[in-house]
Amino acid sequence: MSAPAHANGSRRAISGTGASSFWGKLLEHRTALWRAASIALFFLVWEIAGRIPISFAFPTFLETLRAFLTMLFNGAFVAAYAETLQPLVIGITISAVLGVGLGILMGLSRFAEWLVAPVFIVLQAAPMAALIPLITFVYGIGLMSKTLAVVMLALPVIALNGYKAVRNTNPSLVDMCRSFQGSWWQRIVKIILPDASPIIFAGLRLGLAAGFIGVILAELLITPTGIGDLITYHRSVADYPEMYAAVVSIILVSTLTLSALEAFEVRVLRPEKRKG
Amino acid sequence: MRNITAAATTAVETPSPDAAVEVRGICKMYADMEALRSIDLDFPAGKLTTLLGPSGCGKTTLLKIIAGLIPATSGEVRVNGVAVTGPGPERAFVFQDFALMPWATVMRNVAFGLELKGMGKAERQAIARKYIAEVGLSGFEEKYPHELSGGMRQRVGLARAFAVNADVLLLDEPFSAVDEQNRRKFQEDLLRLVDLEKKTFIFVTHSIEEAVYCSDRIVILSRRPGRVAQIIEPEIDRTASPDAIRRDQGYLDTVEEIWQGLKRYVD
Repeated sequence: MSAPAHANGSRRAISGTGASSFWGKLLEHRTALWRAASIALFFLVWEIAGRIPISFAFPTFLETLRAFLTMLFNGAFVAAYAETLQPLVIGITISAVLGVGLGILMGLSRFAEWLVAPVFIVLQAAPMAALIPLITFVYGIGLMSKTLAVVMLALPVIALNGYKAVRNTNPSLVDMCRSFQGSWWQRIVKIILPDASPIIFAGLRLGLAAGFIGVILAELLITPTGIGDLITYHRSVADYPEMYAAVVSIILVSTLTLSALEAFEVRVLRPEKRKG
Repeated sequence: MRNITAAATTAVETPSPDAAVEVRGICKMYADMEALRSIDLDFPAGKLTTLLGPSGCGKTTLLKIIAGLIPATSGEVRVNGVAVTGPGPERAFVFQDFALMPWATVMRNVAFGLELKGMGKAERQAIARKYIAEVGLSGFEEKYPHELSGGMRQRVGLARAFAVNADVLLLDEPFSAVDEQNRRKFQEDLLRLVDLEKKTFIFVTHSIEEAVYCSDRIVILSRRPGRVAQIIEPEIDRTASPDAIRRDQGYLDTVEEIWQGLKRYVD
C-alpha cells in the first residue's frame, strides 16, 4: 500500500536536501515549468510572425501586450467586462441550476428522460449562431436576448452531462446504500450526487466555455456591447493591437474562470483528489 | 466430513429451531432464463455457511435475494422467523467490488451504515473506530480507499458490515478481487472474526479451498438453473494452526470430493 504517500515523501525529500534545493524546487514544479515554456514559445512564434509581417492586420506580441496593459489600466476592460459579464453570469446561473436539476431528473426518471432529453440532444446539435437572429427577432437587442444566447449554448451540455452522470452511477454503491437501508433521499444526496459530481462538473465547465462563446456571439451578432464592442470598434478603426488584446483578454478570463471552477470542485466535492 | 444432503431435504417440513435464515422454495427467473429453481435451505445461527458452485449457478443471486436487494420470482426468505421484503437492519452485505465511496475516508465509509440510520457523529465514529481496529486497520482512519490495497479495502467493507451490528452477514465473493497472499491472511482473520463476533455468516465463493477452509457448512449449487446439489459439513479441527489445517487429510479429502462433484459442470 501507500504508493502515493511514498511518492510524496520522496518528492519532499529531494526538495529538502539543502544544497541542491534550487534544482529540487525546479524539479518539483517541472510540469508548471513546461507549461510556461510552451506558452513562451507560442508568444515567441507570434512575435516573429508579427514582425515578418504575415499581414498588416496582424500585430506583434509586444504591441498587443502594450495595448493589453494600456486597456487594463485605463479602465477600458473594466467597463467592457462590466457589461459582458452581465448576460454571462445571469445565463450561466440559470443554465447551471436548470441544467443540473433537469439532468438529475432525467437521470433518475425514465419519463423525464423521454420528455426532456430529445430537446437537448437536438439543441446541442443545432448551430447556435443561426438561431441568434431568431432570438433578436423575438426579444430585441437587449440583455434578454444576450442572456438567452448564453442559456441556449450552455444549457444542453450541462443538462446532458448531468443526465449521463446520474445514469452511470456505480450500481454497486447504490446497492450498498439500499442494503444499509438508506432512504430515497439519502441515496440521491449521499451516493448519486457525489458519485456523479465529476461528470456534472465537467458539464458545467463545458457549459461555461459554451456560455463564453454565446455571449461573444451575441455581442458580435446582436449589438456590439462590452468586449464585443471593443473588438468591433478597434477593428473598424484599424487599431489591431487593441483588437487582439481584447480577444486575448476574453480567452484569459474564460481560462481563469474554468480553472477556478475546477479548483472549487476538487476542494468542495472530491476531497480524496486533493492529496494525490 | 459429513454429507447431509438427505437431511437437508427433510428439513423443509421441520425447520430447525436454530436456523437464522430460512430459504423456502425460492425461484428466480430473468426474462426467459431460469436462474434458481426451488431452493430450500436453512442457515444455522452462529455458523459460517458457504454457497459454492460453478459460475452462473446463481449463488450471488441467491445471496442478493436473501439480502433483499433483488426480489425472488417465487418463494420466501425468513430471517429470525420474519419474512424478508427488502434490506433490513438484521442483515449486512459485503460486496465483491468493495462498494466503498471513493470520496469518503475509511472512517466515514465504515460508519456509513450508522450515518444512514441518523446516529450522531461522535457515537458512530467511536463504533467505527472499534471495528476498524478489529479488522486490523488502525491508523488508516483518515485514508481514502484509493490509498489502500485491495485486501485493505475489503477489510473496510467488512468493518462497515460489522459496525451496524447485524445478526447475519452476507459476503459476496469478498476475496475474489484480493490477491492470493492477502486472501489467505484475510481468510485466517475472517475465521478469528467469526469466532469473535458470534454472528451468522453466509459466504459466496467459487474457490473450493476457501469454502472448505472457512466453512462450517458448504452448500453446493448446480449449474443453471441453480439447485441445491449437495450439502457438506467439513469436520475439521479449527483449533489447529492455519497451516496444519491446510495440510490436514480431512481438509484435502473434502476439497477433492467437492472437486469431483463439481467437475462435470466445468466445460
